[in-house]
Amino acid sequence: MERFSDLLDDLYFTNSNLAKETILTNYLRETPDPNRGWALAAIAGTLSFDLFKRNVIKTLMMERMDPFLFDMSRDYVGEMSETVALAWPQSENPVRLNRLPDLETVITEFKSRNKAGIRDYLITLLDNMTPAQRWALLKLGTRGLRIGMSARSVKLTLAKMKDVDVNVIEQIWHGLEPPYTDLFAWIDGRAELPDMSNIVTFSPVMLAHPIDEEKDLPRITGQSHIAEWKWDGIRVQISSKGEETKIFSRKGDDISGSFPDLAQAVDFNGIIDGELLVKPDGKIGSFNDLQQRLNKKKPAKALMARLPAHVIAYDILEWEGETLRNLQLMDRRNVLADTVKAHQHGRFELSETLDFKTTEDLKEFRETAAKTGGLIEGLMIKDKSSTYLSGRPKHAWYKWKRDPFLLDAVLMYAQRGTGKRSSYYSDYTFGLWNEEGALLPIGKAYFGFTDEELKKLDNWIRSHKLARYGPVQEVEKELVFEVAFDTAQESKRHKSGYALRFPRIHRIRWDKPAAEADKISSVAKLVEDQAARVRDAGT
Amino acid sequence: MTNASAEEWMQVREAGLYCVPANVYIDPHDAVERAVITHGHADHARSGHGEIFATPETTAIMHTRYYIKDETKETALKYGQRHDLGNGVTLWFASAGHILGSAQAVFEYQGTRVVAAGDYKRHPDPTCAPFEVVPCDIFITEATFALPVFQHPPLEIEVEKLMRSMRALPERTHIVGVYALGKCQRVMKTLRLAGYEEPFYLHGALKKLTQLYESYGQDFGEWIMVSDISRADKHVFQGKIVLCPPAQINDRWSRRFADPLTTVASGWMQIRARARQKRAEMALVVSDHADWGDLIRTCEETKAADIWITHGRVEALEYELKKRGIRAKALNLIGRDESVE
Repeated sequence: MERFSDLLDDLYFTNSNLAKETILTNYLRETPDPNRGWALAAIAGTLSFDLFKRNVIKTLMMERMDPFLFDMSRDYVGEMSETVALAWPQSENPVRLNRLPDLETVITEFKSRNKAGIRDYLITLLDNMTPAQRWALLKLGTRGLRIGMSARSVKLTLAKMKDVDVNVIEQIWHGLEPPYTDLFAWIDGRAELPDMSNIVTFSPVMLAHPIDEEKDLPRITGQSHIAEWKWDGIRVQISSKGEETKIFSRKGDDISGSFPDLAQAVDFNGIIDGELLVKPDGKIGSFNDLQQRLNKKKPAKALMARLPAHVIAYDILEWEGETLRNLQLMDRRNVLADTVKAHQHGRFELSETLDFKTTEDLKEFRETAAKTGGLIEGLMIKDKSSTYLSGRPKHAWYKWKRDPFLLDAVLMYAQRGTGKRSSYYSDYTFGLWNEEGALLPIGKAYFGFTDEELKKLDNWIRSHKLARYGPVQEVEKELVFEVAFDTAQESKRHKSGYALRFPRIHRIRWDKPAAEADKISSVAKLVEDQAARVRDAGT
Repeated sequence: MTNASAEEWMQVREAGLYCVPANVYIDPHDAVERAVITHGHADHARSGHGEIFATPETTAIMHTRYYIKDETKETALKYGQRHDLGNGVTLWFASAGHILGSAQAVFEYQGTRVVAAGDYKRHPDPTCAPFEVVPCDIFITEATFALPVFQHPPLEIEVEKLMRSMRALPERTHIVGVYALGKCQRVMKTLRLAGYEEPFYLHGALKKLTQLYESYGQDFGEWIMVSDISRADKHVFQGKIVLCPPAQINDRWSRRFADPLTTVASGWMQIRARARQKRAEMALVVSDHADWGDLIRTCEETKAADIWITHGRVEALEYELKKRGIRAKALNLIGRDESVE
């Protein structure tokens, strides 16, 4: 438990991802099974049970500490676990432990005890711990660990430990369970790679390159390539073994829970790659519509009825237990077309291919996409002979996005970046003018230029400082950014009433007076147009 | 004498706490005619007063920081040295254990004793005299860390954390953010006592006050100004400790170090989110104030019938003292800067 607490502290306070990976690697190499596996599960967020409920902690605290002081402390600290960790009042006659139990013991003890037993054990542990150790225990026990390490970087760490591609880990990850002894046996070289052939797992996806118009367009023809719409939904992989179906996000997160309507409709045995959207009133909805269904652990029936999940399928990786990854794209599409046709539950449709001969035709399609107000992001162009390779193979798939929308916005606040950029103001909030001539924030973006420009901008900010709000530095409203973004939507989060999707700073308009920057009304118009087009679009 | 009358001769005025018969303010935040200064931190020792009463160390600190004008009249009083402020008011200083020269201002008038403790701590500090409990009728206390979550660990544990990191990551430069007056010297001294033998590298803002501490007999071993090392010699700092004001740890100044590991030494570091906000990669809980337990203990040990609370988490301390049957009230003084801690 001491080592686990030290590990969490080290990870918590380390900014660089690379350093975090090193810290985790060292821990996993030094720590025996099954303790390291439990730690891994706690960090990756794969523990499936609470050791104790938050309510137990709260009740214990209320018995030992003045509620008024506890509330004041919690308000000051900002969260309960840390407040308890710091303020825990020792029991009058504490049971003294010569040493703290290891992680495995802690977990099995909690799992094997009844309610009263859990309570007693929790008291004993807290009485014997430092504040940092208490924090680790409380976060572990209630599965509330946030130490800035994603499941993806945990997988990357494991892959590096074994010197294999991260896809190897991805393929087995969803079939593994804490404390991961089979995984570590393989990493240590004591066993084979765990066999996951009977378990529904995630397959790393194939990705497209942004097109280079000069180099790539000349080699694209209607004979050698197909073109499809690039819908603005989320990329999903539907993986089913008949009995069991899982829906994975592009990064391999299991999102089946948010889309039970879709998962239940699946009756094929295979893996399909496609775009997840919602279909309000029988028509493809915008990303804004889809967002209402994302991150809902248990979506309400009414919500699912109003915004039913829908998949535009564009590839198939496996069918009836056979891998199709080595077939050419057009052959895979034939199987996909049959599968979609045979399973007419209305949830799936085959991604249509756009009829084109020359790149001029493609340009026209792209123009059409640009007029959908963000519903279609552009085109996907794929080599007909491409096999399905995970990662981003060259000259196989291209994405050709429509041009982004542009706005001239005024820099309002700046914040320091992280890691290498922690000494620079590299994170910016910008705003647009309203009709009364006031500037209202519309978005935030990180810096995306050369170091030279970053330094220049950093200098400008330092010489134009106004008030300071914690880490946020207000600046004089004088500098104009040309901001590029994919779409805009209404938002209650920003004072302006709108939010931009994927805003990035296109260039700095050193020359442009702030008064000539755009007004909020130009975003309002964009959102209106978009709504009108979504109504017309219906497929 | 009853304490009710003390409220008549010790009052809160716009510039701060004011002793009426002696016509003197205590740590006023505006320039006044006569001021008693408890210690040299900027939010207590403002510049521009007509006359000041302080310990010799505090006046020296104020000179170093240019807080004293040529025409300012100074009265330096050693700990325990009694001084007649006029109109029957006697002033003397008792050590407060906060920083070098820090004092509690003891006022005696018509048989009543009021102690204005300024900022104080009870944890040991090798760079200043320890806190002295002065029995009194009214004890005026701070409340910077007055919440049960503040239980400051012994400094040795925190310094060991730093030493452990230095051993584990010998190729990195450990940059410690410290306030220039008090914290800097306490951290250096404690590191020496823990066996750190390499030279310290100091930011320019820490130089004068460190020299001042040395003139009072403190020994910090070898220390070198960062600015004396050529920019090209980044390797010099590897495996060494660099000290600078907290604002500099992630600012342009720290870009000169290769692969720095940043840490801040402050009582606030106990709260994780605050440590992260400072972008510290290690949090050293080093406080020059009394923690929750020590605040309450001190208030009780003075046997004061009344506790007046100046600044900080005033509400929590007032609540706890009242619960213990001690009369307590908040003075709501303004102008104290907590970022100093």
